[in-house]
Amino acid sequence: MPTKTFAGTSVDVNDEGFFEDPTQWTKEMAPEIADEYGVPTPLTDRAWVVIDLMRSEYFDKGTGPTVRKISKLSDVTTKELFVLFPKGPAKLAAMVAGIPKPKGCI
Amino acid sequence: MSDQKRLVILGAGTGGTLAANRLRKKFKEDRLRIDIVDQNNQHVYQPGLLFVPFGLAESDEIVRKRDRQLHKGIHYHQSAIDSVDIEADSVTLENGDTLDYDVLLVATGARLQPEETEGMTGPGWMESVFTFYDMEGATALAAKLDEFESGHVVINVIDMPIKCPVAPLEFAFLADWYFTDKGVRDDVTITYVTPLDGAFTKPTASATLSSLLTDKGIELVTEFNTGEVDGEARKLIGFDGREIDFDIAVVIPLHGGAAYVENSPGLGDELGFIPTDNATLQSQVKPNIFVVGDAADLPASKAGSVTHFEGEVLVENMESFLKGEPIEHSFDGHANCFIETGFSKALLIDFNYENEPVGGHYPGPVGLPLLKESRVNHLGKLMFQSFYWHGLLPGRDIPGIGPDMPTFGKKHPVSG
Ligand SMILES: Cc1cc2nc3c(=O)[nH]c(=O)nc-3n(C[C@H](O)[C@H](O)[C@H](O)COP(=O)(O)OP(=O)(O)OC[C@H]3O[C@@H](n4cnc5c(N)ncnc54)[C@H](O)[C@@H]3O)c2cc1C
Repeated sequence: MPTKTFAGTSVDVNDEGFFEDPTQWTKEMAPEIADEYGVPTPLTDRAWVVIDLMRSEYFDKGTGPTVRKISKLSDVTTKELFVLFPKGPAKLAAMVAGIPKPKGCI
Repeated sequence: MSDQKRLVILGAGTGGTLAANRLRKKFKEDRLRIDIVDQNNQHVYQPGLLFVPFGLAESDEIVRKRDRQLHKGIHYHQSAIDSVDIEADSVTLENGDTLDYDVLLVATGARLQPEETEGMTGPGWMESVFTFYDMEGATALAAKLDEFESGHVVINVIDMPIKCPVAPLEFAFLADWYFTDKGVRDDVTITYVTPLDGAFTKPTASATLSSLLTDKGIELVTEFNTGEVDGEARKLIGFDGREIDFDIAVVIPLHGGAAYVENSPGLGDELGFIPTDNATLQSQVKPNIFVVGDAADLPASKAGSVTHFEGEVLVENMESFLKGEPIEHSFDGHANCFIETGFSKALLIDFNYENEPVGGHYPGPVGLPLLKESRVNHLGKLMFQSFYWHGLLPGRDIPGIGPDMPTFGKKHPVSG
């Protein structure tokens, strides 16, 4: 299994770089992950609203929320999400939050 | 004291109708009273909507009366649903009636929400911006395509989940055929714009479908997240600032659950779909609520075939529940879709929660070819309408085709 090192600690990731084990993640890793995947840093309070939501939804439901669900579950609009996590907010926010790739819809 | 139980079914579309008919056959009326509610009396054969824009089906050929599809002894109510009180086991209708239940079946499908995308229903709606996902849109688009001879047709899926995720691709293939037949294909550009990272959600099928798009000269734009549809300036504007010009935009609007779900505390999730056990089809909301079809939040396609395969498992499990027995049957996520590829051909894909669509034949080695264009598959798709009205809705079984996905006759799964 591939590994990566963030904040001095080695973590297990899948081929695309998503965390395999969200409990290996720490807050200190988030800015480093963000830099690696082109997410604007420093991470703002608004970005943290999303990161915290990604993790709580993951631990609650077993998968990270989609873009539409993020905007329904928080006051962060889809537009703002694309500013905070440009290109693919659901994937990038999951990456920074250290959770596995959200299960898309079929 | 009577031991008659009360079942209320919300929605008399594909899932509600087939479940009502199957349960009516299983239970005598003095054991189970069945009430079913729908907001209108027009049962649309939705797969037929794909053909309407191209003049290959007329609206009156694909619509029948809802109550006529229901067996005797099923009480039909025509009203919009206002709300469900899951604590009190009671449904309130917009006409003021209330229906109390012992068991509830939610079968209200998915709702189109074009108004959720900025600009979509503004200027240009039904003039340059259309959807074929409902009868009104499909009919308006037919008139538009009829007079259209040159320009840029853009097909855009706004976001998942949508009903029948292959239908927009089929639309692109049929558009290629339609304009070729009309002799104007060289003057029409067709572009398929999707938020996904490929043509389709499943990698193996996605590869096959992408190469079909290429063969037919249809351009593919991936990972495009539409933020705004400007029907006047005729462009799609992405959240990342990218723009795509069009003459006709054929959009698949956002989908959510039925409107009354928002009015019913504890029933649905943020999008209005009902949290449902993948295997048993019992809701995760309350044990006496079951869910069938597009209304469920299952990780399966929102498709009539899925609804059909769910039907058998659902009815067995509801029977167990009503008899106070353990719930044992489980659904495997089986989906089976004919994909029209134009020029009287179609391909067929078959998959479930665990298994990707693969090549081979369905339902066994001498069956229909999978993941490969053929005329037989096209005929299969055409014949399906008759089966829908006369087999699927009345709840008749088809010999040799059970709910579980068959593996016999299939090529070994390609890892993906
Ligand atoms: C263009 C198109 C093409 C398709 N092609 C295919 C295909 O080729 N193959 C395939 O398998 N599937 C296809 N489908 C999908 C298929 O039609 C649906 O998945 C299927 O009909 C779902 O059944 P259902 O019972 O969940 O919902 P529906 O059949 O949609 O029924 C839901 C019912 O609930 C009622 N309802 C909703 N809200 C309320 C309310 N508030 N009050 C009262 N009543 C309400 C509605 O009026 C409706 O009758 C297609 C769909 C579309 C749109």
